Amino acid sequence: MLNSDAFDLRKYVSRNSQSVAVWIALFALIAFGLLRYDNFGGAYNVSSFLNYNSMFIVISMGMCFVIITGGIDLSVGSVAAFTSVVAAYLSPYGLEVALPLAVLVGVAFGALNAFCIIVLRIPPFIATLATMLGAKGGALVISGASTIAVDWGSNFTRMGMEKVFNLFPWSIVIVAIVGVFLWIILETTSLGRTILAIGGGEDASTLMGLKVNRAKALVYLISGGCAGLAGVILASGFGAGQPLEGIAWELSAIASVVVGGTLLTGGLGSIPATVAGALLLGLVFNILNFENGRGTISFSAYWQMVIRGGFLFAVILFQSRMTKGRKAKGATA
Amino acid sequence: MSQSNPTQTSLQIGPLLRDHGGVVALIVILAFNILFTPNFLQLQTLFVNISQVATIAIVAMGMTLVIATGGIDLSVGAVMALAGALAPLIFQSQFGVDYPALGIAAALVVPLLVAGACGMFNGVMVAVLNVQPIIATLILFISGRGIAQVLTNGNLQTFSNKSFSYLGTGKVLGLPFQGWLALAIAVILFLVISRTIFGRYVLAIGGNERAARLAGGPVTKVKIGVYMICAGLAGLAGLIVVAINSASDAARNGNLMELDAIAAAVVGGALLQGGRAPIFGAILGAVIIQLVKYTLLANGVEDEVALIAKAGIILAAVYVQQTRKE
Repeated sequence: MLNSDAFDLRKYVSRNSQSVAVWIALFALIAFGLLRYDNFGGAYNVSSFLNYNSMFIVISMGMCFVIITGGIDLSVGSVAAFTSVVAAYLSPYGLEVALPLAVLVGVAFGALNAFCIIVLRIPPFIATLATMLGAKGGALVISGASTIAVDWGSNFTRMGMEKVFNLFPWSIVIVAIVGVFLWIILETTSLGRTILAIGGGEDASTLMGLKVNRAKALVYLISGGCAGLAGVILASGFGAGQPLEGIAWELSAIASVVVGGTLLTGGLGSIPATVAGALLLGLVFNILNFENGRGTISFSAYWQMVIRGGFLFAVILFQSRMTKGRKAKGATA
Repeated sequence: MSQSNPTQTSLQIGPLLRDHGGVVALIVILAFNILFTPNFLQLQTLFVNISQVATIAIVAMGMTLVIATGGIDLSVGAVMALAGALAPLIFQSQFGVDYPALGIAAALVVPLLVAGACGMFNGVMVAVLNVQPIIATLILFISGRGIAQVLTNGNLQTFSNKSFSYLGTGKVLGLPFQGWLALAIAVILFLVISRTIFGRYVLAIGGNERAARLAGGPVTKVKIGVYMICAGLAGLAGLIVVAINSASDAARNGNLMELDAIAAAVVGGALLQGGRAPIFGAILGAVIIQLVKYTLLANGVEDEVALIAKAGIILAAVYVQQTRKE
């Protein structure tokens, strides 16, 4: 983009003000952390941060697709919990079996969502709420309501434990590959254009002859698959399938997507900005933990929830002012 | 009417389910319980279910109003926890011990005011800043329970206070007090919706917000009011739960209540797009949700399976609604 002579930095910044702001905030926080804490940039912190947050990054990316179409997927956390149990059961067969099958199970839940939303015409909020309850119940049923230990003898746990360059766990590498893939789909393919068009106006897209239903179905399949992958990371990173995990993950994912500047009304959104949003939310906690460690503040876990909500509040205020500005400009232009 | 033809006299199941699905479901569940659940026809069972259903119904009625404007309120469970955490803090404080009557009054009024303030926050976010209801109420969903836990250091607050516990354990005419309370709230809200200008606007906003605004309606005020009512009712439910248990646990009070309330409202006939506020439907929905829980529990079905059943009920209810619209 930089070599094109049409590129105008000022215009780019004003048009993408929020994602630019997110990136600036992200780098500012990283710089702050590096300067203030000795071990912040250390291999242990970086790799455990990336391993833990890779789950949230991947479900946020799936959520981003759904939200761009104007939908919502509340089932991601429960689906991840379900697939973590599935992955744990399949772990003796190795990662090459457990990973694809668990992701497929996630896709199947996505298909259930898509069926309810597109065929039965149930609003996404309700359809995915039901899937959330169903997957949560299902995870508890198949696991007998207890954590399922993975098989440490197979290569399954390598995904969360082994690191590339001693720094990047396989989980974040896989998520990064998936992210690039999704980014390319959204930005360059006709499917991506259709997805953006649906969010802009579903009826108009249908009238234009776009394959709206197919694109909408795919969006939920993608989100389900992403949740499935998050479940595999969960099981491999923590050594067990966790049927009780995933509570409020959907809300973290929605928050990341919103922080990344994707409008909930749909029609607009970016994968890199969503990743930045997820990293930013994760980093706020990482830094709070370091502050706790230094003893300058002693925030209980309860304060973290309050701060998390306050942070979301600040972002939403920022975003609502931005969109107001954008709308006003659009009206005068 | 004069001619009866055989197809009309026979029971038509399709339309019956569509128009009175909730009632049919209730009858089926009741029949099942009477036949199969041991000791179902006992006063004790009735008491247990009424005291449980009252909190769901109270929150669900508030949720129904919010949904009628086309909104949603995810923060009800967190507001319950917050209100529930405040009450024991107040009547167990030095002030509350010195002046028991004033302490109880403050322990009832202050949490409800705080809950109302939470609702005002939600309402301003939605109506003034135009934030989507899911996101706007997500803020308090996340931080409200955190505030409650910060206030109590995450400790379980136990107490024995007869007058406060009346809210959850008292009986009027032999039936639990909170059941009567829920009924009274339902009657008031029903009158508000059907007889007042405020009620007209609630439905008008859900039907077509732009039109309501262009017609000069006080859309912003009404929307803020609806979120305040919803949060206030959630606060009341939080107090009742604390009174029932004689203990306040900020981590558990109202946990997942938003799901039960939304489910009850939807099963009761509320349309997520807005425009309808079936207050008594919300009570019916709450009764169905509670009875399904009770039925599965009493028959030894695990909690996990009950979740799946709840999911099925929600889907079925919305699907039936959807077919009615078309």
